[in-house]
Amino acid sequence: MSDIHANSVAFVRSEEIPQQAPPYAATGPVKWMRENLFATPANALLTIVAAYVIYLALAPTVPWILNGVWNANSLSECREILDGARGACFAVLAERWPQLIFGFKYPSELYWRPGLAFLLLFVAIAPVLFFDLPRKLLAFTALYPFIAYYLIWGGTIFVPILALVGAAGGVLIYQRYVARSFAAGFFGGIAAAFVIWWLGGFLIPEGASDNAMMEAVPSRDLGGFMLNMMLGVTCVSLSIPIGIALALGRQSSMPLIKIICVVFIEFIRGVPLITLLFVASVMLAYFFPPESTVDLFLRVVIMITMFSAAYIAEVIRGGLAALPKGQYEGADSLGLNYAQATRLIILPQALKISIPGIVNIAVGLFKDTTLVSVISMFDILGMIRGPILASTEWNGVYWELLGFAALLFFVVCYGISQYSQWLERRLATDHR
Amino acid sequence: MTILTDPPRESFRLSMLINDTRYRSLTFQGIALLVLIVAFAYLANNLLTNLAAAGLNIAYDFLGSPAGYDINQTLIEYDSQSSNARAAVVGILNTLLVAFLACITATVFGVTAGVLRLSNNWLVSKLMAFYVEIFRNIPVLIWIIIIFTIMTAVMPAPRAFRGDEPEATMLLGSIAFTNRGVYLPAPIWGPGSMVVVATFFASIIGVFAYRRYATNLLYATGKLLPTGWPSLAILFVPSLLVFVVMGRPIGLDYPVLGGFNFSGGIQIGAPLIALWFALSIYTGAFIAENVRAGIQAVSKGQTEAASALGLRPGRVMNLVVLPQALRVIIPPLISQYLNITKNSSLAIAVGYADITATLGGITLNQTGRAIECVLLLMLFYLTISLSISAIMNVYNNSVKLKER
Repeated sequence: MSDIHANSVAFVRSEEIPQQAPPYAATGPVKWMRENLFATPANALLTIVAAYVIYLALAPTVPWILNGVWNANSLSECREILDGARGACFAVLAERWPQLIFGFKYPSELYWRPGLAFLLLFVAIAPVLFFDLPRKLLAFTALYPFIAYYLIWGGTIFVPILALVGAAGGVLIYQRYVARSFAAGFFGGIAAAFVIWWLGGFLIPEGASDNAMMEAVPSRDLGGFMLNMMLGVTCVSLSIPIGIALALGRQSSMPLIKIICVVFIEFIRGVPLITLLFVASVMLAYFFPPESTVDLFLRVVIMITMFSAAYIAEVIRGGLAALPKGQYEGADSLGLNYAQATRLIILPQALKISIPGIVNIAVGLFKDTTLVSVISMFDILGMIRGPILASTEWNGVYWELLGFAALLFFVVCYGISQYSQWLERRLATDHR
Repeated sequence: MTILTDPPRESFRLSMLINDTRYRSLTFQGIALLVLIVAFAYLANNLLTNLAAAGLNIAYDFLGSPAGYDINQTLIEYDSQSSNARAAVVGILNTLLVAFLACITATVFGVTAGVLRLSNNWLVSKLMAFYVEIFRNIPVLIWIIIIFTIMTAVMPAPRAFRGDEPEATMLLGSIAFTNRGVYLPAPIWGPGSMVVVATFFASIIGVFAYRRYATNLLYATGKLLPTGWPSLAILFVPSLLVFVVMGRPIGLDYPVLGGFNFSGGIQIGAPLIALWFALSIYTGAFIAENVRAGIQAVSKGQTEAASALGLRPGRVMNLVVLPQALRVIIPPLISQYLNITKNSSLAIAVGYADITATLGGITLNQTGRAIECVLLLMLFYLTISLSISAIMNVYNNSVKLKER
């Protein structure tokens, strides 16, 4: 009976089956690996090769780092502690970090001054980088160069104050006359600043920096990573306005101005930075008045600024060229003159387009500051290759020192490039 | 209705130089010219005063006098009695050599890394991203010094190859990696070897001719000839045949350990290898980004359309994506070549005798002719840069999108 019944009635499930987990191979890490690592045989082979490469790279380095010795006075002491085992001798970093950061001549009791200047740099740069911050902070940014100069070089406080007063005078004149005519305001402001500096020069008493509150440190005593940071920050910030001027000059309709800018940009971009640094170290002194002594730091800053200004000019020219023609025509049709149109309509948009390029140049420039070690300035690389590796205690600790320098640069440059990508996303106003 | 007429032409007045936009640009340019002349006059005056005070003059006769220093790696004949000018030429050739080598290897590294970074394989693409970020964010000078240190401090000394159970062995019995450089077998050119070389060059031309013929055939009839293996065959088979027929005229001179060092073979010095390799992997990271950007710039619809036509993935890449991507990739690629050439001036940091190290380094220091040497140095690099950008403009015009 029951047999017949079972065959005559189709099977009908009366209750719902509970939901089941997907098969093991179609979920979780296994699925991910099947899709991303072993999709095809060729892909699987590639994965194995890559894994082997990673193994090859990590197998010697990880124990080397984990075995590192942090406490020793010389390489031979390190080797004794390691007793034949493979391991890094990080003790050199622990012992020589002030030299790596500040150079070997900067007085050690004054380390707090550049340290403080470095911390203040973040406060000064924050409102420039993150424009959600209150705009009032920009006042500190304007003051920062003078504070940093006073902190790092020390000497009499009259110098930064005079520089500040001159700059403030220039800005005042500019603001007073810019409404009437941009050229009058701009050149008047510059002239006013120079007049104030020149007149103020007579007021600073002779030898004021000898018994000043802050001990004076000559530029030749600067060194280490501090030197790289100083050159990078100073040259980038100085070269942006010069680069803008050069880019506008290259787009100008006045043939003479255009030729000057083109020749300058192409000349600077055509030669390597090292030759320009040679100019700074052996040639530039000949071009200054005979009685003046312009120190090497300033000469290097001049040359690196010219170098990066030429590159930034090309990036900004790209931004200017990328602006739709309608923007220029719109500005003209409103009856704005060249200065107004450029300042109010063209530049704000062109600069926004150029930001990634400018950041690229800034990163490249910061890396290029290591080149000053070639003209025997003791930046971080110069310190490593010169005094530290030549010392009897640490002769032969290459990897720890070079790795440390590489790490410092990586952290800074990677940070900047991540910021630039964030900014690009942030400024993307086109709706896709 | 009134008819507007042009206002009567005014006669030129001096105040129009400032108030009239038609003439104002003339004023500005006049001022700029004046400032420029004054600045140059000021600098030249300072220069002449300073030179006179130091008892110097500007003269290039030092180029003819004996250099008085040795160069370890030269492509042309040179000894310490040769002139400074010859030392500079040695330097120029060395610069061009390292730039040429580094351009080739950097392209290989960059294209490989750029394509692999777009791979579906998670591990490989992450590994390539790591490579690119690491090398882009650390100064090239540090890389040069790191690789130079590997070459000089980690590689075994030639004496490690000595003895019955040496600490180091030669790769394939013919290539020795030592702390003085790499020793490779050198070819010996026997009688009749020129025929083989000539055949080889003819084969290279043949490969290009074949590929052009295949392209033309494809465009004319739609018939696609294979290009991969025939190219290889044309490249090697005739040369090998001639080589055997001529009685194997080209032999190899293996480096042999004698005395304190290897003799025979070709020695590639440690500084050259450090500079070459460091420039290649550093610039390779930048080229990888250019390649990736170029491939990503080809719109996805192109790939999809090609697949819809039934092309296989390899064909899609070769016939549809790459030709379009190259148009985007090549201009930045050429600026990277320019960067390699300029960065090769860092040779001075590892003691490779390029133009910066000979003319701008030793010659400058020995003769004290700073201004002349630096000017010549700049002139050389300017010539290179301007020629490369001229080539780039010609290329750009030839591949530019032809719009009608």
